[in-house]
Amino acid sequence: MPSGIKDKVAILGMGCAKFGERWDSGPDELMVEAYLEAMQDAGIEPSQLDAAWFSTHIDEIGTGKGGTPLSIALRLPNIGVTRVENFCASGSEAFRGAVYAVAAGACDIALAVGVEKLKDTGYGGLPTGAPGTLLPQWGANGSAPGNFAQLASAYRAKHGASKEDLKRAIAHVSIKSHANGAKNPKAHLQKPITEEQVMNAPMIAEPLGLFDCCGVSDGAAAAIVTTPEIAKAMGKKDLVTVKALQLSVSNGLESAHNSWDGSYFHTTRIAARKAYAEAGIHNPRQDVSMIEVHDCFSITELVTMEDLFISPEGGAIRDVMDGFYDADGKVPCQIDGGLKCFGHPIGASGLRMLYEMYLQLQGRAGARQLAAPKIGMTHNLGGSPNTNVCSVAIIGAQGA
Amino acid sequence: MIGITHFGGYLPRLRLQRKAIAAAHSWMNPGAGAGAKGERSMANWDEDAVTMAVEAARDCLTGQDRTGIDAAYLGSTTLPFSDRQCAGIMAAALGLPDMIASADITSSQRAGTSALIQALAAVKSGDVRQALIAASDSRRTKAASQQEMQFGDGAAAFVLGSENVLARYLGGASLSVDFVDHFRGEGEDFDYNWEERWIRDEGYSKIVPRAIRAALTKVGLTGADIHHFILPCVFGGLAGSIAKICGIPAEAVADNLSSVCGDTGAAHAMVMLAHVLETAKPGARILVAGFGQGCDVLIFEATEAMARRPANGGISGSLKTGRPETNYMKYLVFRGLVTWEKGMRAEKDNKTALTTLYRKREMILGLIGGKCTKCGTAQFPSARICVNPNCNAVDSQEPYPFADQPASILSWSADFLTFSMDPPQHYGMVTFDGGGRFLADFTDCEAGQVESGMRVRMVFRIKDFDEKRGFRKYFWKAVPLPAPTP
Repeated sequence: MPSGIKDKVAILGMGCAKFGERWDSGPDELMVEAYLEAMQDAGIEPSQLDAAWFSTHIDEIGTGKGGTPLSIALRLPNIGVTRVENFCASGSEAFRGAVYAVAAGACDIALAVGVEKLKDTGYGGLPTGAPGTLLPQWGANGSAPGNFAQLASAYRAKHGASKEDLKRAIAHVSIKSHANGAKNPKAHLQKPITEEQVMNAPMIAEPLGLFDCCGVSDGAAAAIVTTPEIAKAMGKKDLVTVKALQLSVSNGLESAHNSWDGSYFHTTRIAARKAYAEAGIHNPRQDVSMIEVHDCFSITELVTMEDLFISPEGGAIRDVMDGFYDADGKVPCQIDGGLKCFGHPIGASGLRMLYEMYLQLQGRAGARQLAAPKIGMTHNLGGSPNTNVCSVAIIGAQGA
Repeated sequence: MIGITHFGGYLPRLRLQRKAIAAAHSWMNPGAGAGAKGERSMANWDEDAVTMAVEAARDCLTGQDRTGIDAAYLGSTTLPFSDRQCAGIMAAALGLPDMIASADITSSQRAGTSALIQALAAVKSGDVRQALIAASDSRRTKAASQQEMQFGDGAAAFVLGSENVLARYLGGASLSVDFVDHFRGEGEDFDYNWEERWIRDEGYSKIVPRAIRAALTKVGLTGADIHHFILPCVFGGLAGSIAKICGIPAEAVADNLSSVCGDTGAAHAMVMLAHVLETAKPGARILVAGFGQGCDVLIFEATEAMARRPANGGISGSLKTGRPETNYMKYLVFRGLVTWEKGMRAEKDNKTALTTLYRKREMILGLIGGKCTKCGTAQFPSARICVNPNCNAVDSQEPYPFADQPASILSWSADFLTFSMDPPQHYGMVTFDGGGRFLADFTDCEAGQVESGMRVRMVFRIKDFDEKRGFRKYFWKAVPLPAPTP
């Protein structure tokens, strides 16, 4: 049993670009925006960076492959830059690389930057196309919403929920995120919405309507990490340390073996269990102060509440409707608006989630600041319900 | 004795209402509605001559061992490839052995009957024990043409052999004459037609009786000995007139299915034959004539084995499961007869890696997966390491065909975002009762009717068109089946 990452690495600084339809900016400008904020927060010079991890997902548009786009945009001092990509969980991978490098002692200070420039496709939604030469010959002709919508039919079949009850619950998921996003000046979508709007919105992929789908946004986010000792030596107070970093990746079971019922994320459950063990959390419903989850679609967030073992199995509809995850609920979820409203620039999203948890833990979240949170958890998913990668990260006040 | 040992057929589920066609054209042709009765079969956007042939052949082979088939012929004038053998695609989809003879027979409305004659000759010679022959056509027609009303899409299939013969082949005759009633030039999408009266009087009425008389003489019968007379012909009453000319009783004239299906081109003589055979009594003599730059005539006699033949859907089954389609615009879109806004998502490159297709041909064309010999887990696709987490045995899988395995829907969605020729795009996780699953496209489904737990049937369909290169991908899709009435 490895000793784990708990309290071995501290966050020295973070930054996040304004997310949204950034017609004015390319990926370079977005990266610089997030980077400069993080560097200012950390209070270091570029020469103090030992290495960087760079996450971006889509090659066809955006930056292209390799580590050079980051190094060139930021004019880094010829340090190592590793480009990482793990679907929509790429941002968490950049963070993981930087954190592990510091924990290993290979780096004193490491940088993680994630970026995605999506609004150069000419249409709404994500670029299309199946990877490789085999999948295009047999993979279902689907989209992200259609793939995630599969959860809804399987969840209803398993738990006997009516179409109407589930639709209303996932509507509340989005209503809550819009209410939160309205308080976030960096969010892509900052308008509250009503249940009537959600229920009457155009259908995208049954049962997901327009408001059940997250924003397709441009953006970038950055983190600078070091050891708690170095951070303290630099005069940093109220340190936020990494408690757990776990990643679980599908191995084909969900897509090819009949033991999976289609209503939950097999990987999330595994990553969550391991993360709680790594962080020493025994009762997540009680001990986690706040969460940022991968609410690419409202149904994803709903079932994830059970997969993170915060809601009991089959109990997410009730918790959601009871306001358990609202800003004034027991475990506020998507307090920054989430993917739904902050936006989802793919390669940046995992880092954006951590950015909000970090701000909250430091008491710097402005109008949406929660009362004294101690433990924040992020859940960053990539892929589709039947084939995905799931990253769960827990950060908190040092000593918490 | 040689003859037909199995038969089956397939008509696409959609039935375009002729009134809907007429209504669309009434502004330019107020008389269009006069003859607009009944319906015509209409291929879904993902059906073509190959996929319909596969369905007809599956129907024909219901419950039958396929390993004894050693020849496959496909007759059609609308094959999707000029140089890629479509009979081979059909054989691969059916999982036939690869040591078989195969050929496409095309370029004439006689393609179906000619394929049948060639297959019978091959069986008769002893070179082939069991020949599968399918005839299939899906002809494109110009909007507002008469053919648009008259034609239909469909296929029929037969196995010819010498054991358990259902319809003995008595003999036949062929007559070849370059009578050009219509033609479709190379690279042309549509038929060019000459005057109907000439086709009727100088073509059918003179050419067909000559071939029929020759065939009857050859087998030592007269017209009066014929119980079922099959002659596809879009001219009302003409088959009856020709029967009269040949001394065939009026009651022998077979229904040409014009009101419920339309003329399915090179397939139609075979579609009608499959339909007639469904109810043919032992001893019934059936004369099939196929017209097109001459005439093929074949005469069969139903045997006692008819009473013992296994049940299949057949043409009657297809006729019963039709769904009325009243949207003419959908027909235009499906047949590529109108330029419509597909959106940028349709711009994705659909190039096919032919190396990959060949390497995975059994998986893609035959829907063959694997079954682990260690733990018994069926899985799709087959892989070197078993997917069962409690097994993970290496190199333990043997080929396992999924196409005919019973299956149901675990999860689904109706997707308006992804580009679809028939939005919303339905797809979902299909789980097979005997193990195995994959996320599959659905087809032939009705919006609002799909739900988890529904039974599905797998069908071989067009997956994508590569319009840039003139290629098309085939794969298998799930058709949600309505719950059986209790």
